[in-house]
Amino acid sequence: MAALSIRALSKRYANLEVLKGIDLDIESGEFTVLVGPSGCGKSTLLNIVAGLDHPSAGTVEIGGRVVNDVAPKDRDIAMVFQSYALYPSMTVRQNITFGMECRRVAKAEQEKAVANVAKLLQIEPLLGRKPSQLSGGQRQRVAMGRALVRNPLLFLFDEPLSNLDAKLRVEMRMEIKRLHQRIGATIVYVTHDQIEAMTMATRIAVMHQGSVQQFADPDTVYRYPANLFVARFMGSPPMNTIPARLEAASDGPVVVVGAGRPDEVRLRLRGYDAAAPFVGREVVFGIRPECIAEGSRTFSSDAPVRVEAPVELVEPTGAETMVLLRLGGEPAMARISPDIRPAPGTSAAFALDTRRICLFDPETERLIA
Amino acid sequence: MPDRSFAPSRILIYLAVSLIAAAWLAPLVVVVLNSLRSNEEIAQGSMIGWPQQWAWSNYAAAWSGFCVAETCAGIRPYMLNSALVTIPATIFSTLLGAIAGYAVSLWRFRGDNWIYGIVTLGLFLPQQMRLLPWTIVLRDIGLINTLTGLVLIHTIQGLSFTTLFCRNYYVAIPHELIRAARIDGAGFFRIFWRIILPLSGPILIVTVIWQFTHIWNEFLYGVTFTTGQQQPVTAALIALSAAVADIPQHGVQSAAVIIAALPTLLIYLLGGKYFVRGLTAGAVK
Repeated sequence: MAALSIRALSKRYANLEVLKGIDLDIESGEFTVLVGPSGCGKSTLLNIVAGLDHPSAGTVEIGGRVVNDVAPKDRDIAMVFQSYALYPSMTVRQNITFGMECRRVAKAEQEKAVANVAKLLQIEPLLGRKPSQLSGGQRQRVAMGRALVRNPLLFLFDEPLSNLDAKLRVEMRMEIKRLHQRIGATIVYVTHDQIEAMTMATRIAVMHQGSVQQFADPDTVYRYPANLFVARFMGSPPMNTIPARLEAASDGPVVVVGAGRPDEVRLRLRGYDAAAPFVGREVVFGIRPECIAEGSRTFSSDAPVRVEAPVELVEPTGAETMVLLRLGGEPAMARISPDIRPAPGTSAAFALDTRRICLFDPETERLIA
Repeated sequence: MPDRSFAPSRILIYLAVSLIAAAWLAPLVVVVLNSLRSNEEIAQGSMIGWPQQWAWSNYAAAWSGFCVAETCAGIRPYMLNSALVTIPATIFSTLLGAIAGYAVSLWRFRGDNWIYGIVTLGLFLPQQMRLLPWTIVLRDIGLINTLTGLVLIHTIQGLSFTTLFCRNYYVAIPHELIRAARIDGAGFFRIFWRIILPLSGPILIVTVIWQFTHIWNEFLYGVTFTTGQQQPVTAALIALSAAVADIPQHGVQSAAVIIAALPTLLIYLLGGKYFVRGLTAGAVK
């Protein structure tokens, strides 16, 4: 059953079109992440789903029921906010029971529900404290407890981790994922952080300028980005996108970077039949940094393509070495072994994994193959 | 350690500050001293002088013995009048202003900024301009020369100030609190009562002090809309000086002035610290 269906949803403020015809179907039990740069409309979309904002057109269905005219409290949802939005003058316990109090749930039942949630999130010792006496991570937990206690059809998370420091963010990320695995809740989660999207989601909706660019599972989004925006937004560092030319050869198309230059790079493609109409034309050639490695690397069984390329910049991160190199004159990032440090200004050998190349139409910016 | 030596510039600053303070305090000193001198003493000497004999009886006379407008009960009944006007008007205007400020700051609705603008415009209308409209209103609803009429005026006039201050305080409250509460199922008044009001301590102290002192000290409406036994103490003080025009009773008058000023002075002494804190509460996070 679809837990959430969004149909032809649009939102405009005066002359500004914030959402342009959004269609999304989210199945029960899914962890959907809406990801995009700030201003892409993801938070507006979430607020419309919550009923805190109204669409200009289109419908929102929760659990098969159109809720456009249903008040937020009657939509069977719970929401976790970026600032946590804990009620400052109430204790943790009162924060968690406030919703039940509004819905006139019996006291004994409230007690039981609080005890369950407190145990699940391990916040029992905090129940008597005020939000000001909690650390960032504890506030985050209480905010989740307030949502969980409702046991709703749909959980909405609005950038819940962006106020935490980097270390805590990673911890809470794992905790939210674990929670999802344990209780199987349906979650719609908004973030601008593509790593959060990749690590937690069962499906990712990448948004840009008020529309959904791609809605697919994380692997698909990463491996087959629907267009150049998705390719450049997902992944850190992002996919290298390099202007190139597609030429014909006896056994399939060849990508030529820096055609005519002495250091031109020719890459033979296998299994890229969809690219046939683009032979003889300009394309945008996309390759992830991890598909460019040190020359000695062999990517699984296929024999990798080896090139000599000038090294411009070396960034050791400890876990790997990032190298900015020139591929047929165009800048590209490579992710090589941590113990290899080519000297900037020299030339080094690199191995390219040509099985995971993406080709984009430079006109429409869409993925060709 | 800060430099505590007496540099010439420092002495100059202290001198200037002391002079200004003395100028400000001079009227108070004169009134306090006169309230402790007998009439004969003042009549023989000048208005300014040290009491030769402490005339505490002035206070007793001012409080309950003196004759104002043919009733000889001192200013006690008028103090009670003032309290009966000031206390309810302060409570009503503060509560209504808090609700109005909460509505215009945290609930967006069509025309909210217009309503806020019109309400606060009241701050800039001179009092004299409002006399005639109020006369007509009070006459038509039959509240001329009643304390209830004054409560009504002060409650409504006070709204401009209390709405302005509460609104400016509430805009600093994150909107996400309201959203969270709406999803939790709380409505307008439950959110106000359970979430907003408990956060309002500092601003409510400011508005209460402000409203109390202003309504207590207000003179024009009191003297215009009430007469005789219905007057607040500020208006009665004038009647008191008129009643003794033939034989000046400066000692008793001074004592009456001090008694009349005591409540606002007490409020300031008790809450002044919170007052300053509350005024800046929204400014510095």
